Amino acid sequence: MNILVFADHINGQFKKTAFESVSYASRVAKSNNGICTAVVLGKMNDPAKLSGFGANKILEVPYDGKFSSNVYSSVLMELANRENAELVVVSHDLNGKSIAGLLAAKWGAGSVTGVVSMPEFHNDGMDVVKGVFSAKAYARYRIKSAKKVISVMPNAFPPEEVGGDANIESVNISIPADRIEVLSVERAEGKVPLPEADIVVSGGRGLKGPENWHLLEDLATTIGGVLACSRPVADVDWRPHNEHVGQTGIVIRPKLYIAVGISGAIQHLAGVNNSKVIVVINKDPEAPFYKAADYGVVGDLFEVVPRLNEALKKYLK
Amino acid sequence: MEVIVCISKSPDTTARIAFTDQNTKYDEQGVQFIMNPFDEFYALVRGVELQEKEGAQLTFLNVGPASNDIIIRKALAIGGNKAVRIDTEPKSAWDVAKQIASYLKDKTFDLVLFGKETIDYNGSEVGAMVAGILDLPFVSNASKLEFENGNFILNRDIEGGIEKIRVAAPCIISAAKGMAEQRIPNMRGIMMAKTKPLEVVPAVETEDLVELVSYSLPVEKSGVKLVDPENMDELVRLLSEEAKVI
Repeated sequence: MNILVFADHINGQFKKTAFESVSYASRVAKSNNGICTAVVLGKMNDPAKLSGFGANKILEVPYDGKFSSNVYSSVLMELANRENAELVVVSHDLNGKSIAGLLAAKWGAGSVTGVVSMPEFHNDGMDVVKGVFSAKAYARYRIKSAKKVISVMPNAFPPEEVGGDANIESVNISIPADRIEVLSVERAEGKVPLPEADIVVSGGRGLKGPENWHLLEDLATTIGGVLACSRPVADVDWRPHNEHVGQTGIVIRPKLYIAVGISGAIQHLAGVNNSKVIVVINKDPEAPFYKAADYGVVGDLFEVVPRLNEALKKYLK
Repeated sequence: MEVIVCISKSPDTTARIAFTDQNTKYDEQGVQFIMNPFDEFYALVRGVELQEKEGAQLTFLNVGPASNDIIIRKALAIGGNKAVRIDTEPKSAWDVAKQIASYLKDKTFDLVLFGKETIDYNGSEVGAMVAGILDLPFVSNASKLEFENGNFILNRDIEGGIEKIRVAAPCIISAAKGMAEQRIPNMRGIMMAKTKPLEVVPAVETEDLVELVSYSLPVEKSGVKLVDPENMDELVRLLSEEAKVI
């Protein structure tokens, strides 16, 4: 079974989700005696990097436009046909999400988005598992169509370096006319995007005000984490909207989630419940978050957080 | 301007999640159903604002059985001119998308708005699929939408930032937090909703490309381990030696 995988990048640098998707696709291709072909649109600094994650072939599509779900899905469909691919893999990040459904509909493929399992093959189709009911359950789906599209949940499958020396081919393809125009892009430079972070340090109303965020900034710096916040904190503009994790904000699944002064409303849990390990620091022993936590510290965060920061510094030295 | 807002039904955010029929059916017993929050708070309210500011004709579109009418009436109590329900119990995202696309294919419209995902199946697929079937421009996760000189100007959420996008009508947009603020229907709206037209149209046949095999619940956490707030060295030790995350 041949697999086509979309490897996304930001200004020439691959996203972590690109390595995850390629690694995932190459494992599936390998166990099905197929070829894993990675597709890159636009100018890349180092497309060969993908062969290290198991791509057998890398297709470079000359493209100087910005991201467009319509253009990208058309290109992927055309290349999937040329490569006789049965399965197209994209990441379930914000670009991947907007490609998956479009591609599935245009290509006539069955699709499942937000996949958290390796596929399982049966006579009448391919099974994959995804999270449903906002992280409160899982559903196993069988894709029965010949053509298949899946998007793989970020941070669910760590990229595996396997080495390799795939050929890089520049493909000749006509780019369809686009009907959207990207006027500008604003992006915080040099920051790890929240969905890709291994460690997240998150604050809630318990911090009492934006002037106290230095406590979390210090902790995040020490432990190599990325900052996040609860919805009420973003709603009153203590922190930017793009740090809000939860059901209506960003859904994350880091290795370690440290929640400081967050009570743990069900909407917040829906965004963080799939974290591998959750630490809750809260002065209220009745905070609902403790039910979802692995480790809890009941105490005054203004004392506990600096103490934890010092303990971590000592340990990491 | 013709605006269509697609609204779907989902279990209440706090609803109990359990399954029946050997874990192949969601147990709806005692579950309160609501309008999917991403549809209601963002897509619907922005549609109503376009109706008020730009004089848009606003239609709500739902795919579902007659029991969904209560949610459609709520939408009509917040605003809109009329509603259409495509009468079927939808089987999958693909089914919903095909129903919507086959209804829309001979209609004229400038904008079709969806919520970015539903809180039950979390697929983010239906809007994209409708755009794929009808070959229309699609922008997902828009946290701002303005109408200027015949075009829509959008902020699209990207990891760690936003993209500003211009797209011409007709187009399909999915709405994220920020596009609008939730509105509560008032008594006048609730009374008016009763007289607004709600058209019921038959569904089309669709093919099953994907089927549900079974549901499962996550393994429960074994319970929180409390650490003395005076002893953060112990927490660090546990994170390192037991949890192995640092």
